[in-house]
Amino acid sequence: MTDQASDDTANPEESTSRRDFLQIATYTVGAVGAGLAVWPIVDSINPPADVLALSSTEVDLSPVEVGQSITVIWRGRPVFVRHRSEKEIEESRAVPLDAMPDPQKDEDRTQKAEWLIMVGICTHLGCIPNGQRPTDPKGDFGGWFCPCHGSHYDLSGRIRKGPAPTNLEIPAYEFSDDTTVKIG
Amino acid sequence: MKLSKSIILPFLDWVDYRLPVFSYARHNLIDYPTPKNLNYWWNFGSLAGIVLMIMIITGFFLAINYTPHTDYAFSSVEHLMRDVNYGWLLRFMHANGGSMFFILVYIHMFRGLYFGSFKAPRELLWIIGVVIYLAMMGTAFMGYVLPWGQMSYWGATVITSLFSAVPLIGDTIVTWLWGGFVIDNNTLTRFFVGHYLMPMVIFMLVIVHMWALHQHKSNNPLGVDMRTPADSIPFHPYYTIKDMVGMGVFFIVYFGFVFFAPDFFGEPDNYIEANPLVTPPHIVPEWYFLPFYAILRSIDNKLIGVIAMFAGVCILFALPWMDRCRVRSAKFRPIYRQFFWLFFADCILLGYIGAQTAVEPFVTIGRIATAYYFAHFLIICPLICKFERPLVPPESISAGVLKAQKGAE
Repeated sequence: MTDQASDDTANPEESTSRRDFLQIATYTVGAVGAGLAVWPIVDSINPPADVLALSSTEVDLSPVEVGQSITVIWRGRPVFVRHRSEKEIEESRAVPLDAMPDPQKDEDRTQKAEWLIMVGICTHLGCIPNGQRPTDPKGDFGGWFCPCHGSHYDLSGRIRKGPAPTNLEIPAYEFSDDTTVKIG
Repeated sequence: MKLSKSIILPFLDWVDYRLPVFSYARHNLIDYPTPKNLNYWWNFGSLAGIVLMIMIITGFFLAINYTPHTDYAFSSVEHLMRDVNYGWLLRFMHANGGSMFFILVYIHMFRGLYFGSFKAPRELLWIIGVVIYLAMMGTAFMGYVLPWGQMSYWGATVITSLFSAVPLIGDTIVTWLWGGFVIDNNTLTRFFVGHYLMPMVIFMLVIVHMWALHQHKSNNPLGVDMRTPADSIPFHPYYTIKDMVGMGVFFIVYFGFVFFAPDFFGEPDNYIEANPLVTPPHIVPEWYFLPFYAILRSIDNKLIGVIAMFAGVCILFALPWMDRCRVRSAKFRPIYRQFFWLFFADCILLGYIGAQTAVEPFVTIGRIATAYYFAHFLIICPLICKFERPLVPPESISAGVLKAQKGAE
């Protein structure tokens, strides 16, 4: 093969010969065929239909009092739902954006300011940050603290200190009515 | 180009000097001298190798989605068929691949019988091949149990119960196989592990088979040794291309079944979940076991029937010493050639009998066919050897090929 390639550059007039065309055409068809043959096998390790069927979760928010947090499961992953107080919202909005590794306004992280809904998985290496229970360590910024490698998140779930590269992920969700939210 | 000359080639040389994989591959896959007169019957060994790889790959991806537990096995297969992306394709490729594997190997074996490929100095090559065949049978049997349908369950019951015929320790062996007093979860888990392990054993046996093959190289339709360079051509590109032509034809047949008749080789009863309290009215093993199943049923004594069935396979080990005729190819053996086809017909007949219910006239026909099967090896082959006057094979492959060309003109 390498010999063939070097011949091409040495004799440019021969690089368009019939034999080269046939060879390239054969390899191309072979490569396309191999790709088509491999695709079903690769696709088979994607999430199957029964997993995709579990892709949304409905949550009743009515029992969650101001200042409380609950954890719900969506696609097998924990989702933090926090009923924030006015004070928490104000504090979160007052923070200057240039103090954050991943600057994002608090307004952009919620649909309704009192409900903070986010995937409770540290964006560093996938641990679940502490801070959902009143007794948990909440880190230097009063939000969540990941015990694995020490990432501190604030009351808006934004990374403030530690190795995590981005803020806690906000899932797609919509409110069906004032007290019901559909995640996913 | 420049990159290949300055970096890649020196790197390959560096590796090859320390671990000669590239010169080994060149020696065995490219320059490897192959008889220049091989016909398409010589395609089936490499085709079987390709199917083995397909089985290992699809098997891995099936195992990802399978649960070896009596409560979940059947539904996990249905899950695979309905929910997993292309799971149906993987499963049908694997299930039909099993049947294809046996078809290819049977043709490969009959080719060996016809052209005398089992004869000196290839006896061990043949014997390793029979060991591979036995390993394939065990693997296929265990694999058939995994979907946990009615045929899986009752096939497993019948086949494992064969071992109860062993005097004194028979029942103990069966209990060991089962891990209990009936086929149950313990049986299923160990069969699953066995079905995953055995292909690795087969793969290693295939490497040994190749090793033995490359020692004395391929036999050929004339059955004479390669003597001069004029008798051989390099494996690549001549036989890589020829193998690929055969592969194309084979894939048309194989995927014809996969896409258009995926359950052709299957039993409808295996889509009913295993029920330990109900035996289906008509139990048949998979088609590739039918001739040996016919041998088993044609003998009324349990122990002797089981021995005969295993002997039916194991007698192949002795074949190189039963047929000692020095002329290999049936092309030059007018009498053997006729008896070869008679034996072939007898194997087909046994397969047909194995698929019938055990009533007359099938029982009697089965007994005659069984007797003939063993007579072929034990009586007919040695006798032909003694009394046949073979034609004189050409002194070399080249001479034979030239003579055939002249004859055609």
